[in-house]
Amino acid sequence: MDGENCENCVAMRAREETLEMASKYPKAKDNLMAILNDIQVKYGYIPEPSQAAVAEYLDIPLAEVYGVITFYSRFTTIPKGKYDISVCLGTACFVKGSSDLLERAKSKLGIDEGQTTDDQMFSLETMRCVGACGLAPVFTVNDKVYGNATVKLMDEVIDELKNQG
Amino acid sequence: MIKSFEDLEAIRNSKRAELDLRVNSNYSGIERHILVCHGTGCTSSNSEHILENFNNLIKEKNIENVRVVKTGCFGLCSKGPIVIIRPDDTFYSHVKPEDCEEIINTHILGGQKVERLLCKDVDGSVVNKLDELPFYKKQVRIALKNCGVINPEDIDEYIAFDGFKALQKVLTEMSQEQVIETILNSGLRGRGGAGFPTGKKWDFVRIETDPEKYVVCNADEGDPGAFMDRSILEGDPNCILEAMAIAAYAVGAHHGYIYVRAEYPIAVNRLRIAIEQERAYGLLGKDICGTGFDFDIDIKLGAGAFVCGEETALLESAEGKRGQPRVKPPFPAHAGFMQHPTLINNVETYANVTRIINQGAEWYSSIGTEKSKGTKVFALGGNVNNVGLVEVPMGTTLREIVFDIGGGIPKGREFKAAQTGGPSGGCIPAQYLDVSIDYESLAEIGSMMGSGGLIVMDDSKCMVAIAKFYMEFIVDESCGKCTPCRIGTKRMLEMLTKICDGEGEPEDLDKLQKLAQTVATASVCGLGQSAPNPVLSTMRYFRDEYEEHVRDKSCRAGECKALSQVTINEELCRGCDLCKKVCPVGAIEGDVGQKHRIDQSKCIKCKTCVNTCPFHAIK
Repeated sequence: MDGENCENCVAMRAREETLEMASKYPKAKDNLMAILNDIQVKYGYIPEPSQAAVAEYLDIPLAEVYGVITFYSRFTTIPKGKYDISVCLGTACFVKGSSDLLERAKSKLGIDEGQTTDDQMFSLETMRCVGACGLAPVFTVNDKVYGNATVKLMDEVIDELKNQG
Repeated sequence: MIKSFEDLEAIRNSKRAELDLRVNSNYSGIERHILVCHGTGCTSSNSEHILENFNNLIKEKNIENVRVVKTGCFGLCSKGPIVIIRPDDTFYSHVKPEDCEEIINTHILGGQKVERLLCKDVDGSVVNKLDELPFYKKQVRIALKNCGVINPEDIDEYIAFDGFKALQKVLTEMSQEQVIETILNSGLRGRGGAGFPTGKKWDFVRIETDPEKYVVCNADEGDPGAFMDRSILEGDPNCILEAMAIAAYAVGAHHGYIYVRAEYPIAVNRLRIAIEQERAYGLLGKDICGTGFDFDIDIKLGAGAFVCGEETALLESAEGKRGQPRVKPPFPAHAGFMQHPTLINNVETYANVTRIINQGAEWYSSIGTEKSKGTKVFALGGNVNNVGLVEVPMGTTLREIVFDIGGGIPKGREFKAAQTGGPSGGCIPAQYLDVSIDYESLAEIGSMMGSGGLIVMDDSKCMVAIAKFYMEFIVDESCGKCTPCRIGTKRMLEMLTKICDGEGEPEDLDKLQKLAQTVATASVCGLGQSAPNPVLSTMRYFRDEYEEHVRDKSCRAGECKALSQVTINEELCRGCDLCKKVCPVGAIEGDVGQKHRIDQSKCIKCKTCVNTCPFHAIK
């Protein structure tokens, strides 16, 4: 068995790292969102062992932690792909045709929104306004914003990322 | 650490002289400031790289008396990235990192403007100076006064432009009651959308006897297409912190929270920097400037839930729970954060406070209309030439905003409607272009002021599809607490989808309207109550379009794909065969040199052929 990557070891490590991240905050329930946000940023999702560790740290039921995670769109419980493509469906972008961008990304990647490709390379999301309405329509890949986007640009970006691997 | 307001005054005076050229066009010295916009729009198109290039060039060429400054949003986002040179007010648009050298060589060293980069107005004329641009002429900047003028990451620059003067005045000269009276007399109303008188809200919290009170800033700007609050936080964060301190003094609170969307990383970062700098100066914390007043602020991050813009949902979320609205009463003024009396105001509301204290209630109430005082910031977007951030006096007409400031509709198309208030607001048709923008007038015509999103739509937009778009948003974002909103909006979306897909029946329209009214009446919170507004307002003004969808199975804007047909005009077709090659489903028939035609049973209306045809023969 691979000592570093066995399932239990991964879970143990997530737990330890989570407790360490949480320890920056006082043990008060109103810090739950801040802690979850740190975890989401670190892993790109909130793994189960982390959820349990947070519940333990703040002394609240796991169900409550899970309830909060599923309420907010920023928190996810499935890992995102290496390239997280997010198409803005804010009004300014919608009016300028961002739904066409989404359709193209869906058909090109063969996944629906909220899903990740089997090879863990791409995930597809929609979002409501990054505030770059002057560049509408926009989509983002990880933190990079692509403005004045067209279906052609979406094709090019996905192809390029596929080539990069 | 600043021990007294005299120390603060000393910083202000020395720094103000240094920054005079930013606002004084008669400045005759040799210094030049290159301002590079670092709002979200311009940062997305690489303005950080531009700033770096300028700094490197200045170092390489040993240029003296020139400073490169990072600023907040200049407002005209569609022209970004924007670079402004002070004091000569040169406005460069669409600047690329590789343009920096030419600007340095030609403008800074050579004294000549770089013609090709000068901003052009909608009619193509070159704009030499910032204030010549029609976009700025009708604007009055109160909430945005420092945006694009100061470096938001340097508290000294904020201090130089009257920063903390208002706080000093309040802490040293005014009683709590006097502060509240000033805000009340100014006529300031909540800029989050509902328009409740701000002074009254403050007084409700002041009279509470609980010694533990809170001041909260609602920066959960969730309306799609709205970015006013974000721009203020990015361009002038200290002004919000100072206003919160003033509010805290007035209501008797000692702790504040800013609830801000985590999707706004730049705003969050600048707030953090501003809070740190204020703490280091002793402008936040214990015994501020020796006055004995204690006040500190922390940031709470939101996590992407539109409903958290509703004040009680925001409080739930700030307490670390699911953001579901509470039943009111009790109102937050009585039982808010952790059940203690809490004052909640929106970012833009706070942004007006320091100016009101400094210049007086009378000055502020002289701007605007009888019942709506001051200015309002709008995020102008959609099918309009000048997309960006505008601040206008209340009472300005929609026509002035869309055509004078916004420069009209691109591509020679017609104005069809403007949407204010986001998912809680309504669509305003062309016949109301001359209506005055204020709380009452907008409510009268079935829309609302909202937080300030203003989306312009041209005649290529289908109003039923827009209503469906907003309903999709609401269905996504409904918190699920009450039945009318949770289930009612879902059923409304189903009906709208049916209509857009060409399967609508005549009775659907009445059903839709009835259900919309039920949701509006019976939902728990403001968001549920206003959720049907986009449907109700489009049904009110564009009923004929709904009827066409249902009766004639046609969509005049051609947006509803199931109701539109893509056809080739045989007179224009030259048989070049390009359309056949690009069609993803093989729906186009015809040999090279012959007229082509589309097999409607195969066509998926992707319109790839429409965009490909060199002869514009396909529609």
